[in-house]
Amino acid sequence: MPEPLLSVNNLITEFETDEGQVRAVDDISFSVAAGETLGIVGESGCGKSVTALSIMRLLPQPMGQIMGGEIKFQGEDLTRLPLSRMEKIRGNQIGMVFQEPMTALNPVHTIGRQLAEVLLLHKDINKQQALRECVEMLDRVGIPSPDVRLGEYPHQLSGGMRQRVVIAIALACQPSLLIADEPTTALDVTIQAQILELIKDLQKDMGMSVILITHDLGVIAETSQSVIVMYAGKVAEKGSVYDIFDNPSHPYTQGLLASIPRLETEPKSKLSIIEGMVPGLLDLPAGCRFENRCPYARQSCTQFPPPLEAVAEQHQVSCFQWSNIKQELQDSG
Amino acid sequence: MADNQVNGSPILQVRNLKMHFPVKEGIFLRTGKYNKAVDGVSFHIQAGETLGLVGESGCGKSTLGRCVTRLYQPTAGEVIFEGRDITHMSSRILKPYRQDIQMIFQDPMESLNARHTVGDTLQEPFIVQKIGNRASRQKRVKELLEIVGLPARSATRYPFEFSGGQRQRIGIARAIALNPKLIICDEPVSALDVSIQSQILNLLIDLQKEFNLSYLFIAHDLAVVKHISDRIAIMYLGKIVESSNGETVYRETRHPYTQSLISAIPIPDPHHKVNRHVLTGDVPSPIDPPSGCSFHTRCPQVMNECNSREPELIPLANVEGHQVSCHLCS
Repeated sequence: MPEPLLSVNNLITEFETDEGQVRAVDDISFSVAAGETLGIVGESGCGKSVTALSIMRLLPQPMGQIMGGEIKFQGEDLTRLPLSRMEKIRGNQIGMVFQEPMTALNPVHTIGRQLAEVLLLHKDINKQQALRECVEMLDRVGIPSPDVRLGEYPHQLSGGMRQRVVIAIALACQPSLLIADEPTTALDVTIQAQILELIKDLQKDMGMSVILITHDLGVIAETSQSVIVMYAGKVAEKGSVYDIFDNPSHPYTQGLLASIPRLETEPKSKLSIIEGMVPGLLDLPAGCRFENRCPYARQSCTQFPPPLEAVAEQHQVSCFQWSNIKQELQDSG
Repeated sequence: MADNQVNGSPILQVRNLKMHFPVKEGIFLRTGKYNKAVDGVSFHIQAGETLGLVGESGCGKSTLGRCVTRLYQPTAGEVIFEGRDITHMSSRILKPYRQDIQMIFQDPMESLNARHTVGDTLQEPFIVQKIGNRASRQKRVKELLEIVGLPARSATRYPFEFSGGQRQRIGIARAIALNPKLIICDEPVSALDVSIQSQILNLLIDLQKEFNLSYLFIAHDLAVVKHISDRIAIMYLGKIVESSNGETVYRETRHPYTQSLISAIPIPDPHHKVNRHVLTGDVPSPIDPPSGCSFHTRCPQVMNECNSREPELIPLANVEGHQVSCHLCS
């Protein structure tokens, strides 16, 4: 197998808060192959955004710190790089798209200036060339009359157009990895469809890898080849998109898939739910973090954190009971 | 309420409702144009029924909800609640009706007063309407908390001590406090995580059965709306473009906008073949809506007459109550 583009090994990220040290990401590992899309799914506070910020080394300072593990990107360990070197990678080899395009863009600078900034920083070109590339880039992300738009400010654009600008900035230097953190959550469905289509097309053209972070299982199913399900700072399950959707093996993944209302479900039927709430990161249980909400929990689940076990090749789950659950589900039909 | 079911007259009837906000321009802030947020909408809701209102941001669905509760004074049209026209009632005469029509908001953190305990917040409706005394109110607050699945001791706590889902439960408890007949739910689950969203939807469905509530359920997520609604109305630029029962809207979709809306929904199944007509462009501004059919600028099946003549919402023969506003169907 070829060397993956990015491999994250045993990453631990902590935040210092008034109430104490919080471990937002706790010992997670995954890798992204060249050209692949990896989906990270999970609910608020599960650590999916912190994982992205750790890779970009953009954790809020000085509270957020990478406490352990390594992030290997094209042979370099990003956790150990000096900031000057990191600045050369960020925006150049790794691009990032954020959830809220209005806050990601600077309201007092024109679109052109923000886009040209990336190019002038990372490429050896003059202003004229940069502007030409800007027009090309805006055209490529589907912004009509790009030469006019260059002189406009973010507030003059619609939400969908703003997100296109953010994508143009992230892709300006043709990065080999794009990290998209909830890129369509703030957008309407018809605009979301446009943006996802755009990311897919550009990915095909440029051959880059994508890490797509979202809470929307529909978006994951549509875009990703492999998937990580995160829960309370840990990887609950990972595998190919077919493993996760056809053979969900963690009770949390099963619960998530069962709880979404679908267009086919009987109206007003009871949705299956996951009882209770995610435990606070300040008082995490010693054992499995899903234990308090898990319908299959046993006494033994409360003692040690469950390790990732292989369900199939590439498919891993962090649950003591997964094979019992499988048996139980099979027996009940 | 019982009467309504017997004679079948709807609990809420909205006729040709318009809400035009003046847009102030120039240094003298003269009103030149109007933002036609809601532009001629008619619908009705039966007792115990849920009407789902779906549309993208800026289509006027929230404005419509606020007109029904009279948080906005509509520009034109009628809002008829239990047979009485409440559109122009003074706030004094309207006050008893406010008990019957309540609202649940999207963001429970913003719609709850951060400086009031949950108990204070839940007592306020009774104080405003001068119902009961202190002891009876406190007793009722406990009951309400129990109904929405929160421990009674929550009454002494503040909103920040709760999670998003719990806060939405508090918002729901406030809405049902005065035994309303109609609740306007404005995006009640869109700020919540998936596993919490299903808990709240189940709660809303249970409450409806138990108290025979009617809902106007406003949301942008068609799958959520279809799950909770008896009938669905799709809005685009201040107008209803298609309405029917949920199954019909989903399976016998006639309006090109509804079709694109449905095809844009990402399906949580990797085997599902994505076959979508992606709409190009953005929603036009409601200040200068396009001539003719307001969807014609983005419609994949646009015809000659679409930019000159505005289509009317007309009933189709296939299913009773299926209405579409499109020249393709006339």
